[in-house]
Amino acid sequence: MSIPRHWREIPRRYRLEAGKCKKCKVINFPSRLVCPECGGKTFETVKLSGKGKLDTFTIIRVAPEGFGDEVPYAVGIIDLKDGVRLMAQITDCDPTTLKTGDKLVAKFRKVQEDGKNGIIKYGYKFVPDVGV
Amino acid sequence: MVGISGYGTQIPRYRIKVEEIAKVWGTDAPAYRRGMNLNEKSVPAPDEDVGTLSVNAAYNALARSGIAPKDIGAVYVGSESHPYAVKPTGTMVAEAIGACPHVHTASLEFACKAGTEGMFIGTQMVQAGRVANVLAIGADTSQGAPGDALEYSAAAGAAAFVISTKNIVAELLDTDCYMTDTPDFWRRPYSHYPAHGGRFTGEPAYFKHVEGATNAMLARAKMKPSDFDYVIFHQPNGKFPVVVAKKLGFKEPQYRHGLLTPVLGNTYSGSSPLGLAATLDEAKPGQLILLVSYGSGAGSDAFIFKTTKRLLEVRDLAPRVRKQLDEHKYYLEYGQYAKNRGKILRAE
Repeated sequence: MSIPRHWREIPRRYRLEAGKCKKCKVINFPSRLVCPECGGKTFETVKLSGKGKLDTFTIIRVAPEGFGDEVPYAVGIIDLKDGVRLMAQITDCDPTTLKTGDKLVAKFRKVQEDGKNGIIKYGYKFVPDVGV
Repeated sequence: MVGISGYGTQIPRYRIKVEEIAKVWGTDAPAYRRGMNLNEKSVPAPDEDVGTLSVNAAYNALARSGIAPKDIGAVYVGSESHPYAVKPTGTMVAEAIGACPHVHTASLEFACKAGTEGMFIGTQMVQAGRVANVLAIGADTSQGAPGDALEYSAAAGAAAFVISTKNIVAELLDTDCYMTDTPDFWRRPYSHYPAHGGRFTGEPAYFKHVEGATNAMLARAKMKPSDFDYVIFHQPNGKFPVVVAKKLGFKEPQYRHGLLTPVLGNTYSGSSPLGLAATLDEAKPGQLILLVSYGSGAGSDAFIFKTTKRLLEVRDLAPRVRKQLDEHKYYLEYGQYAKNRGKILRAE
């Protein structure tokens, strides 16, 4: 991912900011220029709760470049309380113990590094919601 | 009234026991347990660093403070393991919590004292009326060279404090400090690991400055050790803070809640701030707390806080320190630990 793209996506990657359609009230994440539900073009910026349930997941054992040190790790689709579904890496757990329906919560983590001399890209990941 | 309006911490889930480290280097684990009062330490996950620990601790502090992120006027992150040599940690924290762009930030460094530096600067700025609210953080993913004595203690964690005149949970009554140029511990540019003066880190360094700041603070406030309900000293190991507490006339019930190093390790800039957070988790309203940090190089900051009734109202809005410390831990073998900490020499 290029530096400008990473920089542009900071609001949603760092703060889980989404666009709530002013016409139909559906929350779009990431935010859109046109609401896919109703065609509305005006949005209110809302911050997602970061709490949800695991809908489905897979365990990555052969990772793409830059993620090899983290295998095995889980990537899942999470249903947030806010009515948003998103895909994220799941960390701080043994991925083989995950089950669909598990409660998860977002944490701020390192997502990717451009080698030892490049920038560090931060963003959200999810962890089991065990209150720590 | 200036003080702490919210506090929050983040401790990684991973741990390594002293036996696991001693096994690799052929040293005597029971000697570390007995002599240094060390049992295990926290280890950051591969995707955790000072930036992530700081942000997650800051979320918890803001939850307890009830102050909106946009009203934070300054963010100070004290650490000796900032993710970048050149690029501030504070801007990332400020951006993640939603305090940008009308915010002042700085990355502070003073060995293990960098966390209380932010608290010292922040309380003075709020007291001066220059900003309404300051977020001060002490965080480290501490470095200890393989096989060095520091490897048994160098740990990871963060504590964040919202300093304000509103929503106070612990009022700041007074501060003092004690500094000299003492070369007891250092890390030169481009060095992976810090070096230290061995036993020189004790009497002329830690003890001289911690005792100096404590005595100066007590004299300035016209108080004595028995006036305090709690005391927290910087804790590079589990032994030094106990020795200095007894030497100065403090008793075990005063320091036990804030003494975390035996099961957490030394979180460097997060060390005494995490001890303060653990003490706030237990304190009742109207109690007096003495906090004395220490950073090599060398110096100590001292603070006297008095808790308020609001502490009980907001305590459970974020995880307590002992919960983060004692629950949902994953123990690592030395090989996994070495990989997580980047201690394995790999092909370019």
